[in-house]
Amino acid sequence: MSSRNASSACPTRPARIETNPAQDKARGSHMLKQQESRDEMALVLTEEQQLLRDTATQFFQERLPIANLRKLRDTKDATGFDRVAWKEMADLGFAGIMISEKYGGTDFGPVGLGLVLEQAGRTLAASPLVSTVLLCGSAVQLAGNATQRQDILSAIAAGDRVMALAIEEGPHHNPARIATKAVADGNSYRLTGSKTFVLDGHVADQLIVVARTAGEETDRSGITLFLVDPKSEGVKVTRTLMVDSRNAANIEFRNVAIPSSAVLGSVDGGNDVLEQVLDIARIGLSAEMLGIVQQTFDTTLAYLKERKQFGKVIGSFQALQHRMAALFAEIELCRSVVLDALSAIEDRRNDVPQIASIAKARLSEIATLMTNEGLQMHGGMGMTDQFDVGLYMKRARVAAASFGDANFHRERYAALEGY
Amino acid sequence: MEALDTFRQETRAWLEENCPPSMRTPMPEEETVWGGRNAKFPNPDAKLWLDRMAERGWTAPTWPKEYGGGGLTKEENLVLQQELRRIKARPALSSFGLWMLGPALLEFANEEQKKEHLPKIVRGEIRWCQGYSEPGAGSDLAGLQTKCEDKGDHYLVNGQKIWTSYADKADWIFCLVRTDPTTKHDGISFLLFDMMSPGVEVRPITMISGASPFCETFFTDVKVPKKNLVGELNKGWTIAKRLLQHEREMISGMGLGGVGAGGGIGSLEQVAKDYFGEVDGRIASPSLRDHITRQKMDSKAFALTMQRSAEEAKAGQGPGAASSIFKYYGTELNKRRYELLLELMGTKALGWEGDGFDDGEINVTRSWLRSKGNSIEGGTSEVQLNVVSKRVLGLPD
Repeated sequence: MSSRNASSACPTRPARIETNPAQDKARGSHMLKQQESRDEMALVLTEEQQLLRDTATQFFQERLPIANLRKLRDTKDATGFDRVAWKEMADLGFAGIMISEKYGGTDFGPVGLGLVLEQAGRTLAASPLVSTVLLCGSAVQLAGNATQRQDILSAIAAGDRVMALAIEEGPHHNPARIATKAVADGNSYRLTGSKTFVLDGHVADQLIVVARTAGEETDRSGITLFLVDPKSEGVKVTRTLMVDSRNAANIEFRNVAIPSSAVLGSVDGGNDVLEQVLDIARIGLSAEMLGIVQQTFDTTLAYLKERKQFGKVIGSFQALQHRMAALFAEIELCRSVVLDALSAIEDRRNDVPQIASIAKARLSEIATLMTNEGLQMHGGMGMTDQFDVGLYMKRARVAAASFGDANFHRERYAALEGY
Repeated sequence: MEALDTFRQETRAWLEENCPPSMRTPMPEEETVWGGRNAKFPNPDAKLWLDRMAERGWTAPTWPKEYGGGGLTKEENLVLQQELRRIKARPALSSFGLWMLGPALLEFANEEQKKEHLPKIVRGEIRWCQGYSEPGAGSDLAGLQTKCEDKGDHYLVNGQKIWTSYADKADWIFCLVRTDPTTKHDGISFLLFDMMSPGVEVRPITMISGASPFCETFFTDVKVPKKNLVGELNKGWTIAKRLLQHEREMISGMGLGGVGAGGGIGSLEQVAKDYFGEVDGRIASPSLRDHITRQKMDSKAFALTMQRSAEEAKAGQGPGAASSIFKYYGTELNKRRYELLLELMGTKALGWEGDGFDDGEINVTRSWLRSKGNSIEGGTSEVQLNVVSKRVLGLPD
């Protein structure tokens, strides 16, 4: 499969993209109406959504095929993603998909973003969709004041600003434990602490930092979000190269001066916003993992129909057939859960935290299972760098660990449900 | 839309007047009304309820009126079912005739056969059983050998069926028989006959759960009128497959842990708290908690998938590939649920009968044993995976 992918050219943008529904503002209000009447059919895509999916499929396969990720990796690209392609994604409306038209977004909603992420997952497209759109865009949308929204959301929608959320402090996702401190100092704050696994942190134009302004290390209250310029004095950014060839950074803050106008949302009340933002990111990552899982399944199935041993294609062996059929079942369940989770955000349902945890737990587990099985069924070739299955396995592990793995989300679900 | 609203009002009013209050209470499994020549009713209200519903044809709401059915459209039936649920009405009649044979007769039988059999199914007068599996034909159902010979003015049936559900209580059987021994799938016919016919013998089989819902059924020189052949001679396999679809759909729903799952013992987390204990409102064992969460998450994902499939069908996208996994996934999920209940309840779920265990606990034990059959009956999990591999994934033989 890799030879096919590697040889595919990257043509200029296809003509069909000009009629992309996400860009067609005139149809925007019509789309919203469609969505309102979707209560009873939340798990079936509307025509507009199917069009958007097709547009995204075409874009990622032609513009950001997996060869693009290999090139970024092999050339040790300083940015870690293709800035020109990111700008094109913004032009297509992908960057502003959750942002209202007022700020230059397309307001296509979470289901639309999920469809784009799934297609991005299929080609392992590296882009700031997670860091900038899912995390920081949502945070500003939810908590930003008028000035912050105008400034940041329009810059994100235009593809002019890359942002990163600095939250993690250890090797496991743990939003309830924040040690980074911001201490009031007259009309400003002084920020001190260290963050790790900051996605796109090494190239971010602006950071959102989760810091403690009151309370003890594990208190839910006393958390505040700050908009921080990474060029400020006392900020030290170190790029970390991850196994999936995507970007992250360790960032240290030493007594960094932050004006109080840089507070995002309310002082000490950042946890509520953070939980909502994280749930959006968890669901978005689940959509990306759905793409990873589906692509790995499809290429593995194709390989089973090609590869011959003992004089017949190995796909005729029942030992492999049953494993593929069982994986097919698991993936069908994955798709239902992801669609329902995306609808939950869109419809502002009150079970978003629960369904976010169900989606992230299931997709993290099945992405791990599918890539392991895919590699095994590719035999020795699966172990080579030339074949893509290894790349999918690497990305699956990082996506699974991001914002809570399956263990984290099962624990969280049980706590939410009170048992 | 307006006509449907009127229908809803009329239906609601009729149910209000005609559904006895005692028929609006939860129904223990043993009070199920199966109908038949020797029909048993738990009380006079149950008979009254059946008679009134059958009178309107509402035991088979969408069947044509000329065959005793309700003649309702799909939309009207949806309204009827909603209204029945609203007052928590018990099913007036449960039967393989309604669920399996009836739809097949409507599709494949001749006019005379429909007029003869369908009204009796609607009214619960005849109870049917299904003669499919044989000792040598389980997963390989088409390998069945029960011999059916043309004797001029009648057929002569000789052979043996097994796992015939409630054959000891049924009046008639719909039966797959071999009418051409020289070929496999194209030598099977679909035959109906009376269980009172001379030469039919039934022996209940005691299962691991202690119950005997299945039987061995023997046929020795059973004479069957030729008019009882449904569809063409040697074309029975088509009918058989259609019936199996209905059966698999029925069994799939079990994975959702709905009616009867755990015998009303409560939610998994409550069972864990009751039988294992809690600390500060949380289940005392993190390991059990994790098992419960996995089960709940998978159940939710499965329920959403059935919902998605139904929505896709409604949107005209066909039943979709997802439906091919229901039987496999639903039954495996149900088995896991009972294994988990056993872990949560410890020795309380290991009683057999008598003192020391309440009815709910005994029911869990027995249902756990019964659940093992879910992934065997109606096509084993392995057969289901074969079907997915070949028909959906296109993997070769």
